[in-house]
Amino acid sequence: MSMILGVPAAVLFGQLLLGIINGAFYALLSLGLAVIFGLLKIINFAHGAMYMLGAMVTVIMFDAMGINYWVALVLAPLVVGCFGVLLEYFLLRRITGQDHIYSLLLTFGVALMIQGILTNIFGVSGMRYSMPEIFQGGFKLDFMFLPYYRAWVIFMALLVCFGTWFMIEKTKLGSYLRAGTEDAQLMQGFGINVPLLISLTYGFGVMIAAFAGVLAAPIYSVNPVMGSNILIVVFAVVVIGGMGSIAGAIITGLLMGVIEGFTKVFYPEFSSAVIFLVMVVVLLIRPSGLFGKEA
Amino acid sequence: MTIMKKLLTTAIASAMMVGSAQADISDNTVKIGYLADMSGTYRDLAGPNGLKALEMAIADFGGKVNGAKIEVVSADDRNNPDSSSSTVRRWLENENVDLVAGMVASSVTIAVTKLLEENDGLGIVSGSAASSITNEHCTPNHIHYVYDTYPLANGTAKAVVQEGGKEWFILTADYAFGHALEGDVSRVVEENGGKVIKTARHPFPTSDFSSYILQAQSSGADVVALANAGSDTTNAITTAGEFGLTQSGQTLAALLLFLTDVHALGVNSAQGIQLTTGWYWDMNEEARKWADRFMEETGVRPTMVHAGIYSSTMQYLNAVKATGSDDTQTVRKQMMDTPINDMFATNGRIREDGRMVHDMYLAQVKTPEESENEWDLYKIVRTIPGDEAYRPLSESKCSLVTKN
Repeated sequence: MSMILGVPAAVLFGQLLLGIINGAFYALLSLGLAVIFGLLKIINFAHGAMYMLGAMVTVIMFDAMGINYWVALVLAPLVVGCFGVLLEYFLLRRITGQDHIYSLLLTFGVALMIQGILTNIFGVSGMRYSMPEIFQGGFKLDFMFLPYYRAWVIFMALLVCFGTWFMIEKTKLGSYLRAGTEDAQLMQGFGINVPLLISLTYGFGVMIAAFAGVLAAPIYSVNPVMGSNILIVVFAVVVIGGMGSIAGAIITGLLMGVIEGFTKVFYPEFSSAVIFLVMVVVLLIRPSGLFGKEA
Repeated sequence: MTIMKKLLTTAIASAMMVGSAQADISDNTVKIGYLADMSGTYRDLAGPNGLKALEMAIADFGGKVNGAKIEVVSADDRNNPDSSSSTVRRWLENENVDLVAGMVASSVTIAVTKLLEENDGLGIVSGSAASSITNEHCTPNHIHYVYDTYPLANGTAKAVVQEGGKEWFILTADYAFGHALEGDVSRVVEENGGKVIKTARHPFPTSDFSSYILQAQSSGADVVALANAGSDTTNAITTAGEFGLTQSGQTLAALLLFLTDVHALGVNSAQGIQLTTGWYWDMNEEARKWADRFMEETGVRPTMVHAGIYSSTMQYLNAVKATGSDDTQTVRKQMMDTPINDMFATNGRIREDGRMVHDMYLAQVKTPEESENEWDLYKIVRTIPGDEAYRPLSESKCSLVTKN
């Protein structure tokens, strides 16, 4: 077997693939953040909580009403998305135009409250959720065993990422959105309901996070603190990609998953820090991020 | 006349004794500070329910010992040694806390015990695992009550090596507890003719273990051992199942599993896993009776940590009662002199290094067919006598032992 830096090449192929899978999660989560920041200029610290809510709602709906995975894949993001719309309407709207720090603090406070309430009710040990029958087993590749479900995660994540990018950058609805956030008054003048557009955009960003939560439910421990661990990493991804850049968030998410994956082989102790090291280096060289437009 | 004199002296003497007993309990209050993870990864194994267990013990004393009021304060350690140190410093220096109980993350405990030694306070550690707490980090000011990494290794690792698992891959949580467990396991594996071929240290906490599971699979080891705890362990077990680790002939050994972890995994995912525990709620009549009381209070079954908190608080309060004092060294000596026989331990005893030595149990998670309800999770495979389970004093690096 050929070796690369003392590690069998086959192991590295496996890690590359796993890195892409983890990167797909980062991409999904940072995509939602980038949409919300890029269009609404809100720093959404509640994003991790929304991801967690997506997973928790999936498990709770299954336990209480027997709602299966496939239905949850659509229904849970909708439920959490509606919650996001309410949050925007009742709270975030009131601080429009203020400094970014206000939205950061407000969403962070909301996240802590959601997390605290659910911790009191459900504890932190995690809730059981079993993998749908159809995903039992996996592909036996030359270099690793790839569970069907992980393949499904890559497929769905890339589909949603591409769809979102396409909708915002290439469709008429997307152009309204971008225009509405550039110059709300002018758009109002054209007869477009900008406040509604903004509520829906926030709801949409939250939906993507919740969707990532549903994808995570069968493979990760579902508990009220699962979002707080991943949030900081995802923020680093967005900063590296360039705040607000949608394509940047997707590409950087995948890239960081791969870099982190390789670090886990060569120097696992450093794997939680490597993304932040990359962030420091990128900010020193390109302060607006890899794909950022503003100087 | 002589009778009068005798009576008088007796009366004066007894009055003095009563007086001195009261004077020996500082500000006529026994104050207990409960420090534990109340909101993070280790919340369920100790956390708010541990505080309930502590309060159950106080309630059994009627809220008073020798006429002195028993008070409780509590704080969230947030798994953070720095913020926990400032809390405990405040407790000891400004709030006259006599006993610090709970204590979960080993890194927090090691920081707190140093403060206890500086201020001559007393600590009873129920949640932490690192065996170094009563070895190189021992102090005359704390007791380690429930379990530690030494018997975890001695129980589970020994059993697995003897069943033929010779080559080991150890996946370790990268902090004090993980390192201690990795060290203890490596020693047991090698003493029993096995070999550790690779270790990987993962950051605490980690949610995605697929990368490590893949490394474990390609290492060719017979046994993949998890030297971590809480959601790290449950995540790793779930991922191992997903990637077919055991189907390909490797054995998965979880070195520290709490009842709450197994409950979260469910018997379908966890069946057959061997583990070492200091106590199990269904292990005998006395344990069951106390577990029923606990369930009435909390709605869940207690972990070994919950039971240990109750038992150790009872031992502490009994020692205060017997000596009429809340002075640290007086109470600690009384606790060392009193064998522990209760719902938690049989013939338990506290050694000079602060280690409470009691029987440990090798358990196996039941199959879905065997398990009758959601908390019916373990069968006890073997009782490991305390002296065999814990590090013998002859191997101790504790300064309290070596200077004698």
